[in-house]
Amino acid sequence: MPHMTDERVRAGLSREEDLSLLQEVSMKTAGVSHLEMCIQCGTCGGSCPVAMDMDHTPRMLFAMLRAGMRDEVLRSNTPWICVSCYHCVVRCPQEVHIADVMYTLKSMAIHEKLYTDSTAPHFSQTFVDMIETFGRSYELGLASRHYLRHFPLRLPGMMPMGFGMITKGRMAITPKKIKHMDQLKAILKRAKQLELTS
Amino acid sequence: MNKYLLYPGCSMESSGKAYGESINAILEPLDIQFEEIDDWNCCGATEYLGINLIPAYSLIARNLALASRQSAAQMDGTRTVVAPCSACYLNLAKADYYMQERPSLGVKVNEALAVGDLQYRAGTLDVRHLIDILVYDVGLETIRSKVVRPLHGLKVVPYMGCMLPRPDYQHRWSDHEHPTELDDLLRALGADVIDYPLTTSCCGGHMTQIGPETAFELIRRLVADADERGALLMATVCPMCQMNVDAYQNEMNQYFGTDYHMPILFFTQLMGLAFGRKPEEVGIGLELVSSRNALASIGVEVPVTQEPMAPRQKDEGLPMPRRWTKHEGKEAVK
Repeated sequence: MPHMTDERVRAGLSREEDLSLLQEVSMKTAGVSHLEMCIQCGTCGGSCPVAMDMDHTPRMLFAMLRAGMRDEVLRSNTPWICVSCYHCVVRCPQEVHIADVMYTLKSMAIHEKLYTDSTAPHFSQTFVDMIETFGRSYELGLASRHYLRHFPLRLPGMMPMGFGMITKGRMAITPKKIKHMDQLKAILKRAKQLELTS
Repeated sequence: MNKYLLYPGCSMESSGKAYGESINAILEPLDIQFEEIDDWNCCGATEYLGINLIPAYSLIARNLALASRQSAAQMDGTRTVVAPCSACYLNLAKADYYMQERPSLGVKVNEALAVGDLQYRAGTLDVRHLIDILVYDVGLETIRSKVVRPLHGLKVVPYMGCMLPRPDYQHRWSDHEHPTELDDLLRALGADVIDYPLTTSCCGGHMTQIGPETAFELIRRLVADADERGALLMATVCPMCQMNVDAYQNEMNQYFGTDYHMPILFFTQLMGLAFGRKPEEVGIGLELVSSRNALASIGVEVPVTQEPMAPRQKDEGLPMPRRWTKHEGKEAVK
């Protein structure tokens, strides 16, 4: 059990150490996250190609998890900026599954509706809607729904690209559908029930 | 004869069509046989994992379950699943690995699969990327022996991307940050391979869709460095990397006010050319940043195909929303 140590009292802390957020995130992450093992070395932030666009570096975010700063962590744009390049993952001396922790934080932010910018969550959700309907990704449907909603002003500049992709047969007009869509739907339905009970 | 199960992935029939066509063109000379996984579904890319854990892994595992059933149904069934797309490769490998590392995940995924009368015992299949089997099963010697039109003088940078060499659950690659598999393969084709330290830097992934400023900077770094090093062409192993560097290069140029022209082809297209196939047989011309000039430098003639519309350059005619640029970008989107 966590308790008020002398050090925490001397540091002026009024709360006892509470690692429940850290443990929750760790448990919700695929594989064995090693999140508890973070030594705050900062190799992750130093390796990150997009750290400049993040509210917090991964290291800082993990310190915030340990400090139980639930709201701040789930509102951070960091997991949404992460490009899953795994540079930090192969360099982390503690083998923290950093990219997978980011996926966990995204799903927690979605469930608690705590993200600040809806562009990325909507994109993920639209992509998943396509899969749950067709079993395959459907780029034209995804792109048109997403751009009309979030980047209408990018559309004129993207016309040549879209035109090129369609005329070269690189973007299908109609979606492809798998044969056993019922089977996939049933599997996903059961998986969602299991997600709630875990 | 090398025989494998194939997980093509969604992009192989759409944005990465050139990859699919060129793969088909090199199978016969290399004596490879692919058997497609029947009724495979999308792997979820990098999107589903960030929404729901168990459904995301069940979606991936359905493919592994179908593959293991197909493998078991054959007398000489191969246990190797080949994925040519780096994102598919990573997702399949990741599900297989984490279902073992965290057995409770495996139990739940199998509980979901059971509803569809499927199951997958993690560890029964080997998930490998196309370039892995080409370099390590087929071998560079065999590849070299099939070259009838060496790509001598073709200045190319090898672009491996990030999701292939990392996180590398099964220790398949020579290095996580500077792997040499693609360099070696391109050299076997006779190409003039230029050292490319950014070979495993990120192309931006889905950020071209959700945070273009972030993605444009990553694309700029890749293209600018390849250009500075004198490359005429980039070679890639991943449909996502190809799509980002190729289809968004024009928008990236507009955003930074630059004028790069850096074509990017799939490594299998270059293999096809070196094996004597015609450019149009290996999907050359499907790229938006044309590789005509780069290939002309080694005497390969690419037939003219229809080029995409040029963007309107002057502010004339109907009033249009302002062009997306670095300085105006943020205000323009809001």
